[in-house]
Amino acid sequence: MAGNNPTSTEYIQHHLQNMTFGLHPEHGWSLAHSAEEASEMGFWAIHVDTMLWSIGLGVIFLYLFRLVAKRASTGVPTGLQNFVEMMVEFVDGSVRETFHGKSRMIAPLSLTIFCWIFLMNLMDLVPVDFLPMLAQKVGAWFGADPAHVYFKVVPTTDVNATFGMSLSVFALIIFYSIRTKGVSGFIAELTLHPFSTPNKFAQALLIPINFLLEAVTLLAKPVSLALRLFGNLYAGELIFILIAMIGLWQLPLHFPWAVFHILIITLQAFIFMMLTIVYLSMATEEQH
Amino acid sequence: MNLNLTLIGQAIAFAVFVWFCMKYVWPPVMQALQERQKKIADGLDAASRATRDLELAQEKADETLKESKEQAQQILEQANKRASQIVEEARETARAEGERIIEGARSEIDQEINRAKEELRAQVSLLAVAGAERILESSIDEAKHRELVDKLAAEL
Repeated sequence: MAGNNPTSTEYIQHHLQNMTFGLHPEHGWSLAHSAEEASEMGFWAIHVDTMLWSIGLGVIFLYLFRLVAKRASTGVPTGLQNFVEMMVEFVDGSVRETFHGKSRMIAPLSLTIFCWIFLMNLMDLVPVDFLPMLAQKVGAWFGADPAHVYFKVVPTTDVNATFGMSLSVFALIIFYSIRTKGVSGFIAELTLHPFSTPNKFAQALLIPINFLLEAVTLLAKPVSLALRLFGNLYAGELIFILIAMIGLWQLPLHFPWAVFHILIITLQAFIFMMLTIVYLSMATEEQH
Repeated sequence: MNLNLTLIGQAIAFAVFVWFCMKYVWPPVMQALQERQKKIADGLDAASRATRDLELAQEKADETLKESKEQAQQILEQANKRASQIVEEARETARAEGERIIEGARSEIDQEINRAKEELRAQVSLLAVAGAERILESSIDEAKHRELVDKLAAEL
């Protein structure tokens, strides 16, 4: 636990604070020692723990899959290759069902999204105190005050990580829309829809309304993608933290919640992947 | 929950991962999968073809067997026919031979009988002369009565 006998609020806040390295107006480039300092850093700060875990997990994912891809044989598959092929076929099937355009990118993109998000979510099942406490011990060993060593293990409970992905997907949506329909087609889709009339004057009046509606629809996609994942994982993490605070009775509570969470983390990874495919397939369709 | 540089870092990491996956993970796995699919399809194809071949071969074998049975039957019939023919011929030959032998024997017997008759006739004439000599107790001139006696004998 953080420091000497922290209150419940302090304990929770400590758990929900990222390890932030950034440009503080007073201290310059440094690790934030408190939530206030972290928020004072503004945009020029980076969450070290989020980056570390997400990249680490991504590398593990790619390493495992690359290992199999290198020795992929057409004979009888064994062990890890079975698993990888199962994942690849599952994703490929999902993409084929939903996405009818032609793209070499969409299936690997979906695979990466699913596996990466699943692995990042999986960190939620590590008991909430293990890794932060380890980080505090290491921090103390380096001479830092353990109370100020923040370490958040689950990258998907960091809104930056989820938005990082959903905004990338958003960029792809726009890219595919423009590639399929052209710039004018894309703009037409935003402005001449859903209300249209043959009357030129009435149409001119309808354009702002259409644009408002379509812009909200478009912008809602990345926002909902990011916030859905973030919200689910953040809430799950919070409940784990709350369960961890009640002392001896946490075990019978922790276990069912963890079991239930296995469902949530898989489902959220799947939903993110599916919605990405759906959004991109909508972007590549000519007219809707 | 503050948006900051992490966002961009995450987006970059995400892009790199997707690129790597697209470049080095997806194609080999998919290729292996497709190749295996093809191999299995080929295997199934070959299996069904082999089954069909087997059926054909069996049919052919059956047909050949039937044919050879028929042929054997034919040969057997021919042989039987030939055999009875041979037996018939042999019987015919034997009968002819027998008849010939009987004929020969019969003509020999006839000859034998004729010769015996001749001899008997000669003896009878001698006997008759001798008998007549005894009866008459007189010598008859053999030369004188020969003609008479011969005539007598020829009448026997």
